[in-house]
Amino acid sequence: MEKKEYKKIVDKYTPKEPRLKNALIAFLIGGFMGILGNFLIDAYSYYFDLSSKDASVFMIITLVFIGCFLTCLGFFDKWVNFAKCGLIVPITGFAHACQSAALEYRKEGLVTGIGANMFKLAGSVIIFGVVSAYLFGLLRLFVMGG
Amino acid sequence: MTFKYNNVYINETSTVVGPYEAKGPLSKLFDKSYDDFYFGQKTWEQAEIKSIIDSVDILLNKLNIKNTKVDVHIGGDLLNQLVATNYASSKIGVPLIGIYSACSISTLGILLASNMIEANQIKNAIVTASSHNNGAEKQFRNPVEYGGPKKEYTTFTTTGCASCYLSNKPSNIRVESATLGTVTDNGITDVFNMGAVMAPSAAKVINDHLKDTNRTLDYYDLVLTGDLGVIGKMILKEYIKKEYQINLKNYDDSACMIFDLENQPVYKGGSGPACLPLVTFSHIFDKMKKGKLNKILLVATGALMNTSMCNQHLSIPSISHAISLEVVK
Repeated sequence: MEKKEYKKIVDKYTPKEPRLKNALIAFLIGGFMGILGNFLIDAYSYYFDLSSKDASVFMIITLVFIGCFLTCLGFFDKWVNFAKCGLIVPITGFAHACQSAALEYRKEGLVTGIGANMFKLAGSVIIFGVVSAYLFGLLRLFVMGG
Repeated sequence: MTFKYNNVYINETSTVVGPYEAKGPLSKLFDKSYDDFYFGQKTWEQAEIKSIIDSVDILLNKLNIKNTKVDVHIGGDLLNQLVATNYASSKIGVPLIGIYSACSISTLGILLASNMIEANQIKNAIVTASSHNNGAEKQFRNPVEYGGPKKEYTTFTTTGCASCYLSNKPSNIRVESATLGTVTDNGITDVFNMGAVMAPSAAKVINDHLKDTNRTLDYYDLVLTGDLGVIGKMILKEYIKKEYQINLKNYDDSACMIFDLENQPVYKGGSGPACLPLVTFSHIFDKMKKGKLNKILLVATGALMNTSMCNQHLSIPSISHAISLEVVK
């Protein structure tokens, strides 16, 4: 049987991913994360008398901590599975990716285990984050005039 | 390639399972189960080693023989360099043949052992097949705690080890023949759709077996595939009909039997080298001993997946091996 013909049989029985539903869940939960983040910025700047720039750093630290902490408690993966990209794309996802890899390899030593594997998933985020920051920086310098 | 046997019997079996299988529908039929994924060990890999040692211990205890009386141990698992089997073997102390054919290790192991017993090279052998859900996830996918969204049609690797003892001494279950599988590749690249990867190799080995033995499927009371899952099972039925004009009847898939698919979070069924032998040595042998099944064809299905090759956008090949078992009256 030709591969194309076989693929037809496979496609017939393989359920389609409910993309619209997944996108909606991610939108709502991701949006909620945004609201939570903004609330934290407002709260920090109001109660601790911080500038909104400083308050946003504290907001990031808080969310990263919560993400890592819940990963360690062992149920953040179930939330991620439910929330689809709603929890992976925000900063909590980055923390969770590092933390879950660190947990997985912790028995293989500090350097050879945690050190070498912690950025197994998150490494690409850093690399492409830096590359795109550089490109946008250039764009801003040359097109928008700095 | 089909081998016929006159003198090979499965004398005893043993099964050790993890937490999900222990909560599944076959829980009462397993010899030993653990409540968590660590089995009292520090890591998942060590837990898998423990499951193999436990399983062989139980097997030898049931037979009341010592390890020195066993001629050969044939075994395999999913971990790189077969670490689980190799490390367990250092404790088991029986000459080892480590084999890898992904989730079709169990039937390949029984085939190899039967060939050697039939040829009078050895008197007996133990065959083990093990897998560990978290160990496999760690090796083949993302970190377990990451829990990135999975496709709903994926399968869930079983945790545990199944062993059997084969010899030339008659017992109530005989290995009648075995067919060695051929690697197939039908262009599937989706790592979540292992059923689709493996169905063509299962179909091929079933067809080869029937041709070589001049049989039709009516000969068998049950054809049991390894770990195609709910989706792969449907794909196999249609594919084997179109490609080989075989109507699958009296057919089931062990991936759909080991877990409670309605109430356990296991997607579309089980998978892993341990899946088929765990179901066979518990549920199916129970039925054979009660006289409900006489002749069965076991087809363990293996997806020969490798993350590097998947990243190179190559499709996933697959292999399946078949063994025919019958009740001795």
